[in-house]
Amino acid sequence: MTMPVSTSTFGGQASPWVSRIAMASVHFFILVLFLQNVAADTWSAVIGLLFAHLYSVMALTYWNRIDRTAAGDTVIVTVTLEFVLIAVIFWERSSAWPWSTLFGLGLVQVCAFAAVRYWKDLRQAPKSAWFGLIVVLIYVMVAAMAPVIAPFSETEIVGSEYDAWNNEHLLGTDNLGRDMFTRLIYGGRNTVGVAFITTVLAFLIGGLGGLLAAAMRGWVDQVLSRMMEILMAIPSFIFALLILTIVGTSVPSLIMVIAVLDATRVFRLARAVAMNVVVLEFVEAASLRGEGLWWIIRSEILPNVLPPLVAEFGLRFCFVFLFLSGLSFLGLGIQPPTADWGSMVRDNATLITYGDITPLLPAAAIAILTIGVNFVVDWFLHKASGLKD
Amino acid sequence: MSQIVKLVAQRLALGLLTLFIISLIIFLCVEMLPGNFSEAILGQAATPETVAAFNRELGLDLPPHERYFTWLFNMVQGDFGRSLASKRELSELLGYRLENTLFLASVAAVIAIPLAVTLGVLAALYRDSFYDRAVNVVTLSSISFPEFFVAYILILILAQNLGWFPAISNINDELGFWEKIYRTALPAFTLTLVCVAHMMRMTRAAIINLLASPYIEMARLKGLRPGRIILKHALPNALAPIINVVVLNMAYLVVGVVLVEVVFVYPGLGQLFVDSVRSRDIPVVQACSLIFAMTYVLLNLLADVLSIMSNPRLLHPR
Repeated sequence: MTMPVSTSTFGGQASPWVSRIAMASVHFFILVLFLQNVAADTWSAVIGLLFAHLYSVMALTYWNRIDRTAAGDTVIVTVTLEFVLIAVIFWERSSAWPWSTLFGLGLVQVCAFAAVRYWKDLRQAPKSAWFGLIVVLIYVMVAAMAPVIAPFSETEIVGSEYDAWNNEHLLGTDNLGRDMFTRLIYGGRNTVGVAFITTVLAFLIGGLGGLLAAAMRGWVDQVLSRMMEILMAIPSFIFALLILTIVGTSVPSLIMVIAVLDATRVFRLARAVAMNVVVLEFVEAASLRGEGLWWIIRSEILPNVLPPLVAEFGLRFCFVFLFLSGLSFLGLGIQPPTADWGSMVRDNATLITYGDITPLLPAAAIAILTIGVNFVVDWFLHKASGLKD
Repeated sequence: MSQIVKLVAQRLALGLLTLFIISLIIFLCVEMLPGNFSEAILGQAATPETVAAFNRELGLDLPPHERYFTWLFNMVQGDFGRSLASKRELSELLGYRLENTLFLASVAAVIAIPLAVTLGVLAALYRDSFYDRAVNVVTLSSISFPEFFVAYILILILAQNLGWFPAISNINDELGFWEKIYRTALPAFTLTLVCVAHMMRMTRAAIINLLASPYIEMARLKGLRPGRIILKHALPNALAPIINVVVLNMAYLVVGVVLVEVVFVYPGLGQLFVDSVRSRDIPVVQACSLIFAMTYVLLNLLADVLSIMSNPRLLHPR
């Protein structure tokens, strides 16, 4: 396990290829070593995981002494290794859900690449941002791999109603005798997924509208702005309830309604920020060059308004997420039997009157994710504004 | 002075126009109901005769514009029609529910506003201290919490473990004033926690903004105590943004009351609204959303007007 240190002897000077091949063979060796035992014995898997972890921590610690590409590879390969080990532990489950497993594995790879690429920024990030990033990462992983991690199926009735916490049902069972822990995991997938899709849609509508209004000005701007102003004058929760009464509460109509209502807020921001960019010389130069509207929006305006929009995406996601769980809590959001954090709180609320905190867990899950995203957005805004303290 | 009158009149006219358009939107939303409204309501019993009778009863056989104006005029005169589910006259029910909701919102406001302003002033006074950071973290996280989470935590601690307040706040007219306040306490606390954060942060920001200005520097050089500088010199000039954010939060209170009312089974307008959305009782939903939207728009308007009125440059033109 002293490999990273010994690699540092040929560290920075060695050609990337040599170090890469050396590293890769070490990884392969370790991988084979552990995989032999893992399937038979969970403990050796756990020890393997610990070593893999130690390995990547060391690689990052000696970052400056070893070849950077090699260190990057180390991180990526060890994270993958960790993940393969986890997958092997859950082997029977993961082979039943190949797509979830594959998606989760892919996600880990992407995260590892991103971590290596932005390691410099990450190292300077404050603790709150780290907390936020880790929280978001955990939520995304759990959402992606829900069927692999969850011990039971989402809608299966596995026990009596309102069982207490025990070994079989970690968090007890809910009002219909379904496993609470399983529902919590699936609820994350459903609530976070729907909120994410809604936010993306809201940004496509509102962001595009805002940029269009700023770039075209004139009557397009006037018409769009007045429309959005009127929509914004109605309290969105009330408006959403009104429309959901009429179109009924299905997931597509939920997504559409919330996306349109939130698009108004995105529109306002996108338009305001883009207005400041549109008047600059390089945009004028582009339009004098004869570039089309689409080019100007995509290549001249968009890159310059991206940071505030990305930050807004995080905040908007929180709003949508809270909005959606509020609706579900009222029984007007995602409909049963689909697990959802808002409705889980409502269905099990009776337990609170017996002093049981289980129904608060989904609510806490909502709160922790919102706080996490807020922390990340804070850090991002701080970085994007170029402030140094 | 005439400039102020003109600005205020402009805002008022704009507000009226918004209200009119909102009523139109609410009306049109129901118009756009897919399929036939009466068939959807009658369900199995929808023979052509019953549908025709139902249409006549609700006046659905008239052309849309005629119906809209009848509906609007009835609303303005306080006649909200009848509930589809209970066939009851809506005006009484809505009046009683609205009274309860306003009662809850004002109890929350009476607690929240002084608390938020005091916390904000203290945070500005002791900025960057441990207190400031602690208040910041607490308020930030209370913004991030869903309302029902705050509500249930309060129920768990104050009602369940300590037993100080009732977990369900059912109030009626027979109760005395203090009994009513006692039963409304938990929902009011929840609303307070949810909206104090925003007001407090704005108060702090508004005061700190002013602290860099020369006349504050002057006051400091005179040797005044920091508390006096903030209370006597900074606060009066920071009032405009503070009043603005306070009124905007009142608007938020009236709307945010919906979730809280459901948690505490409080007999307010929000509860009624949610119930009728569930049973798809369209006239009630229409009336409730109109009342909510109206309150929201009016309070926003009030915030606008107050911020115009409290602008010293407009109040004392040269």
